[in-house]
Amino acid sequence: MADRILDEVVLDQEEDTQKGKYLTFNLGNEFYGIEIKFVTEIIGLQPITEVPELPDYIRGIINLRGKIIPVMDVRTRFKKPQLAYNDRTCVIVIDIAENSIGLIVDSVSEVLAIPETDIVPPPEVSSGGNRYIKAIGKVENTVKLILDCDALINEEEVKIITAAVE
Amino acid sequence: MSGQFSDEPMIDVYIFETTQNIEQLEQIILASEKESNFGEAAINEIFRLMHTIKGSSAMMLFNNIATVAHAVEDLFFFLRESKPAQVDCAMLSDLVLSGIDFTKVELAKVKNGDTPDGEATQLMQEIRDFLQLLKQTNFPAAPPPDRTPAPVNQQYYISSDRRTPHLAQNLFKAVIFFEDDCEMENIRAYSIVHNLKEFTSDLHYVPVDIIDNDASVAVIRENGFTILLKTDSDYAEIHKLLNNTAFLKDFELIELADEQEFVTFQTANNLNPMELELKLHEQLAEKVVLNSVPKAPTELKSGVAQSIISVNVDKLDKLMDLVGELVIAEAMVTQNPDLTGLELDNFHKAARQLRKISGELQDMVMSIRMVPLATTFQKMHRILRDMSKRLGKEVTLEIVGEQTEVDKNIIEHISDPLMHLVRNSIDHGIESNQQRLAAGKTAPATITLEATNAGGDVLILVKDNGKGLDQAKILQRAEQHGLLNKPAAEMSDREIYNLIFLPGFSTQEQVTEFSGRGVGMDVVVKNIEAVGGCVLVDSTPGEGTKVTLKIPLTLAIIDGMNIRVGNSRYTLPTTSIKESFRPKPNDIITDPNGNEVIMVRGQCFPVLRLHDLYQVATAMTDFTEGILIMVEQDTSSICLYADELLGQQQVVVKTLPNYIKSLKKITGLSGCTLLGDGSISLILDVGGLLEHVTHQVRS
Repeated sequence: MADRILDEVVLDQEEDTQKGKYLTFNLGNEFYGIEIKFVTEIIGLQPITEVPELPDYIRGIINLRGKIIPVMDVRTRFKKPQLAYNDRTCVIVIDIAENSIGLIVDSVSEVLAIPETDIVPPPEVSSGGNRYIKAIGKVENTVKLILDCDALINEEEVKIITAAVE
Repeated sequence: MSGQFSDEPMIDVYIFETTQNIEQLEQIILASEKESNFGEAAINEIFRLMHTIKGSSAMMLFNNIATVAHAVEDLFFFLRESKPAQVDCAMLSDLVLSGIDFTKVELAKVKNGDTPDGEATQLMQEIRDFLQLLKQTNFPAAPPPDRTPAPVNQQYYISSDRRTPHLAQNLFKAVIFFEDDCEMENIRAYSIVHNLKEFTSDLHYVPVDIIDNDASVAVIRENGFTILLKTDSDYAEIHKLLNNTAFLKDFELIELADEQEFVTFQTANNLNPMELELKLHEQLAEKVVLNSVPKAPTELKSGVAQSIISVNVDKLDKLMDLVGELVIAEAMVTQNPDLTGLELDNFHKAARQLRKISGELQDMVMSIRMVPLATTFQKMHRILRDMSKRLGKEVTLEIVGEQTEVDKNIIEHISDPLMHLVRNSIDHGIESNQQRLAAGKTAPATITLEATNAGGDVLILVKDNGKGLDQAKILQRAEQHGLLNKPAAEMSDREIYNLIFLPGFSTQEQVTEFSGRGVGMDVVVKNIEAVGGCVLVDSTPGEGTKVTLKIPLTLAIIDGMNIRVGNSRYTLPTTSIKESFRPKPNDIITDPNGNEVIMVRGQCFPVLRLHDLYQVATAMTDFTEGILIMVEQDTSSICLYADELLGQQQVVVKTLPNYIKSLKKITGLSGCTLLGDGSISLILDVGGLLEHVTHQVRS
């Protein structure tokens, strides 16, 4: 029983240390942030095995030490122009609701603590252009767009595309 | 409460044990019912099993299960002790089975982490009424309102200096021993204390720190669990209470003459429990009334069964994964690109040895996971019994080859389909008794469950000798539901029969308790396809129907042929490959729709270009450059065009990531695997490719 309580305490602490921290990466000129609790690891680009019949932003699958995970090109996902992968290209492995998925980004910059007071909701855009942006974090003079990971992988659009392909 | 316990190993043990007990019970009852006679051995066995279920349920505080088990136990106690001459066997079986069903439902709740809160009042009432009826019909003279049979107290000797129960408080000392391998003695001891507290005004026990101190387990094992208690209840009541303890091996219950021991006990609580134990034993030696619980019949069996251990399936899966990794790692070493061109005799010798061992290891792990189909088949007895009774059809179940073994994971997937098939056979396939006699058939219909090995597959047959499938009716129904996708005249018998597996299909006019909703049969196909198998139906009007489930022996590792298309690699199960060849240019015929076919030894086969299908960029598009691989499944074949064959290898099947699976089902892909160099190869599903080609040709 005592162990359990201890575990919970440790968990709480872990939760605490992760709270308010964001891994930031950039795509072109914009900086994005992901809540650190979703991030499992960051790896260099690996050979990708293409899987047919999937939306173009799913580049395929990679072998992560025996575990097979899909990788998503965030650039393509956000309909930005394709850029050739280079040695700064990274894969951020995130874990959402038991699903592991790799996000291909231009480069990873740092882990930032953004206090809650510096986080504001995204502006309302009627076209629904910022579906994947959960909030905006202000860090000194720059702005970090905080990604909504859930929306990134569980999304209506996915179903529409699927239906279209079929 | 249960939420708090849900991770505890105790719950797991409870669920495991109770499930086993219930299965055993069910079999005994069905066997007894068949003979229309509950033999003495069967009664004893049922009594014992119910007793165990009651005890452990009470310990886990699942009181509703315990009370039902208790009622059934009472019933069998009466049967055992009084040996009534007239017993309504069918009714008895019904009662016990509904008790079992109740327990199953509650168990499922426990498994899901819910509180078992089912209401058993009605069931209890039925059981009570039945017991009453039994008593009245068999011993009409006996005074009826004697509900709970008195505890078995005539067998023990009670010391003469015992005080009368009315005189305030009785003092007892109990020493309890648990079965040798029951584990968690301290918690079990605690549950006894918990149970006793309700009846006692003063209670002490040794070891004192049963919950906090794990070392107390050893003490309890060694010296037993000692309780001193003050109570208003009399000897028999306390005895009965203790007797209900789960995993009880032995216990002594002694009535104390005065409070002297009590005081010593209290003051000596700080003493080393062992010494205390000895002291108490000396003092009480002459007053001991020894009583041991009758040894259960299975106790004898357990000696034989000791060489069997039960292992968590997760661990086995992990082991399987590890062996899979090992097989890949081995390929990485022995087929390392750095070795090409080197003359390494000794290395190859050693590598061969390694391959042999890892192969054996793999076979061993696979064999651990193999489970005979017997238990799954046995479960059908129950369904058959319930349904034939309800529908008034006489049906016997014949089981052939139940020793055939299948991978544990697959077993889980075929239990449901089998159930649906058996139900369907009884409900639709088998005629009523009158119809059977009119058709000149024997009255009890037969359903045969048969399992046989066929290469890498296991065939499971569900046969009945009923009326067979009615093609006209199936077609008519399919048309009504808009399920036909080609003219009825063009369909083969088998295609027509396969219509019954479509979702929403039912020939039943009305929804009954058992069928008619049109769900059952498509579940069959879904489950079987999920494990990479297929379902075939054969039927002869008037003679019966035969459904064949073809399922692979195992899912985990297959023999695969790796092929390359452009930069992508694919793996084909070797068992589906018939041949591979490079065609001559004029063997290829293109039909007006642009479909390519190839003539091989006078037969035409459609050609599927993998690079076209999967949009892979490759330089090889000419047939004379690449290679054609003829693959076959269920008697139809196609030729796949690939760039080259890479070689044969044992591959560990991994599923595609969930995210991709949830996006869409990809044509002709069943999974993926890791190759020796760490790259990923996609496993092709021949059935899916065939389907794709036939669809394409039709459109």
